[in-house]
Amino acid sequence: MIRAVAAVAAVALSVTLVDLFPRSILVFLAFQLSLLYVYVTRIPAWLRTGLLGVALLVLMPLIGFRNGYYLEVATQVGIFAALALGLNIVVGLAGLLDLGYVAFFAVGAYSWAIVGSPHANLIFGGGFPLAPGWFYVFLFVGLAVAAITGVLLGLPVMRLRGDYLAIVTLGFGEVIRVLANNLDKPINLTNGPKGITPIGRPPLPFGIPYSEGFYFLVLLIVAVVILVNRRLEDSHIGRAWEAMREDELAAQAMGVPLVRAKLLAFACGASFAGVMGVVFSAKQIFINPESFTFLESIGVLAMVILGGMGSIPGAVVGATVVTVLNLQVLKGFSLWLNELKNAGVTVLGYSLADLPTQLEPAKYERMVFGIILVLMMIFRPQGIFPARRRQRELAHTDKVPTAVVP
Amino acid sequence: MDYALLIGIFPQVLLDGILLGFMYALIALGYTMVYGVLEFINFAHSEIFIFGAFVGVEILLSLQSAGWLARLPWVVVLILVILAGMLASGLLAVTVERVAYRPLRTAPRLIPLISAIGVSFFLQDVIRLFESMWRNAFNLVYPTMDVMNIRFELTSTLDVSVRSLVVIVAALLMLWSLHVLVNRTKIGTAIRAVAEDQAAASLMGINVNRIISLTFLIGGAMGGAAGVLFGIQYSLINPYTGFIPGLKAFTAAVLGGIGNIPGAMLGGLVLGLLEAFAASYMSLLTGGAFGAEYKDIFAFSVLILILIFRPKGLLGEVVRGRA
Repeated sequence: MIRAVAAVAAVALSVTLVDLFPRSILVFLAFQLSLLYVYVTRIPAWLRTGLLGVALLVLMPLIGFRNGYYLEVATQVGIFAALALGLNIVVGLAGLLDLGYVAFFAVGAYSWAIVGSPHANLIFGGGFPLAPGWFYVFLFVGLAVAAITGVLLGLPVMRLRGDYLAIVTLGFGEVIRVLANNLDKPINLTNGPKGITPIGRPPLPFGIPYSEGFYFLVLLIVAVVILVNRRLEDSHIGRAWEAMREDELAAQAMGVPLVRAKLLAFACGASFAGVMGVVFSAKQIFINPESFTFLESIGVLAMVILGGMGSIPGAVVGATVVTVLNLQVLKGFSLWLNELKNAGVTVLGYSLADLPTQLEPAKYERMVFGIILVLMMIFRPQGIFPARRRQRELAHTDKVPTAVVP
Repeated sequence: MDYALLIGIFPQVLLDGILLGFMYALIALGYTMVYGVLEFINFAHSEIFIFGAFVGVEILLSLQSAGWLARLPWVVVLILVILAGMLASGLLAVTVERVAYRPLRTAPRLIPLISAIGVSFFLQDVIRLFESMWRNAFNLVYPTMDVMNIRFELTSTLDVSVRSLVVIVAALLMLWSLHVLVNRTKIGTAIRAVAEDQAAASLMGINVNRIISLTFLIGGAMGGAAGVLFGIQYSLINPYTGFIPGLKAFTAAVLGGIGNIPGAMLGGLVLGLLEAFAASYMSLLTGGAFGAEYKDIFAFSVLILILIFRPKGLLGEVVRGRA
């Protein structure tokens, strides 16, 4: 009972704070933390679902009216949560380390960007952009194209062992990026580094503004993805993936069709990224190859690792933490440092105004990802929210050493 | 098609390919030695390589600002810079192994790989942070030594600069000394023993941990030397420059047969030549439709093809436990 009151109070208090200080990063973090608290604390399931539902469906859009940037952050978190959930299938469940995951995101994004903008006229002669309503059709086209790309990548690399597979997927991701960068000739398919713009936005019912509309759309897709993930986890194929992750030979001996299971893992993971790619391109209006670099792939991997490989709540929490770190904490730190610099503050006799201009804390995403990956691997390989089965498995690794260390 | 042009640029392309190949070979040694001993892809090796380049440029820049660069004999400067780069990168590699890999040695094999990716990203931004604080710039240019720009005209279509000769000579020297170290000394025997069977090696009185550290030291030192040579040859470096050459050097190591030292050399040369020819001829042969930008795709395709059709590489060290 006390917990239930505390949960309601936490959400209510943090929302009030956001309402009072709409520009403070700290209170928005408090709002996110209150949601996390609601999720982990032991309260009746109906209350938890209700609170989270109200917070995400009603409070978040209201916060968006007070400060539009927070809604943008929430939308980005949703996009990355879907990506992390997709990668979670490939890395977490099937145990195939995919370092080029963002390629599928790119494939989805370009599939809508090309036909949803006047750009396609250069290829097909005329009749473009397609009517905005086609966007909803292309959610499925993006899904299919990405899934097919996933299978195409999967086919040649089936026989490779884990670490080689990782490097080859990395190469594949780079290949897709280089292609996107250079396919402006002989046929102008992607418009090269200049990117494609303006990309059409979908028609929205009831005259909802675009920022809210995309937020709800992303929320809906994330909900579907979570549902699919949960159903997959305990399905026949989900069990097969986990068996394969633990021991390929044993799984094969038990009758798991390895080729089919691996291809399905790639296709499932890729399809989520494909859908989100379509949404992303419409939301951004403009895309170019810079959005689909190796850095993004590792960012998504860091989300999965942070939350816990194979864990659904983990992927969502990981996506939230990493996105908020990048979009808010690093940027906030940058702004704060600049303010201190301009105010001429001195720390321990050192004037901050003397700090080099090239020092931009907002640019250190890689350091964040790097620290997350190394620290998690050394101290908590099962992640913050470990999957139950994974937790048990990793708890035993020290008892079965694979190499003798004197 | 302009056949005269195609033939005319051939010697120059060949030379470029060989230079690039030696560069890849030196970097590939770091990957292949570590893989030979631990069966682990040291993903952070590309940053260990570029760290050497940064140490080199810092020394050259400080020599320059002190006015020593023009006064000291260029050979002394060169040897000093290369040795410093080797030492710095070697020590960095040992530190990385101690901190980020050793605690994970018994973990499932993807765990240390992910840790290595983390180290790679972390080091990139640490170099950037340091250079931003120190020089307020992280895109650095190697100061030129005048000697390096002297060119010898061999034929009407081919000339060789001193810097290219330096790269080739230094690379050959290092590859040869590594070969001697691994095959003719006691330390080398110990390294090969640990690569063969860690348990048996430790029973024979070899300190396995020390040998693994030593392997990282040697591989890192080779990477550091490659970094300095890279800087001398291509002059512009930034903290992210190392990544793509690192990836290609790994490709070279796989191409030659990972875990195999002569294989790394062969793979490096083959990949360097392939890439140089792809970069120069692709555009000419396809009438400009596909330009030199596709050379990266070319290198990665080589990696994928070799892994599918001949995973043990050209010189075929059999990799244990390949599934």
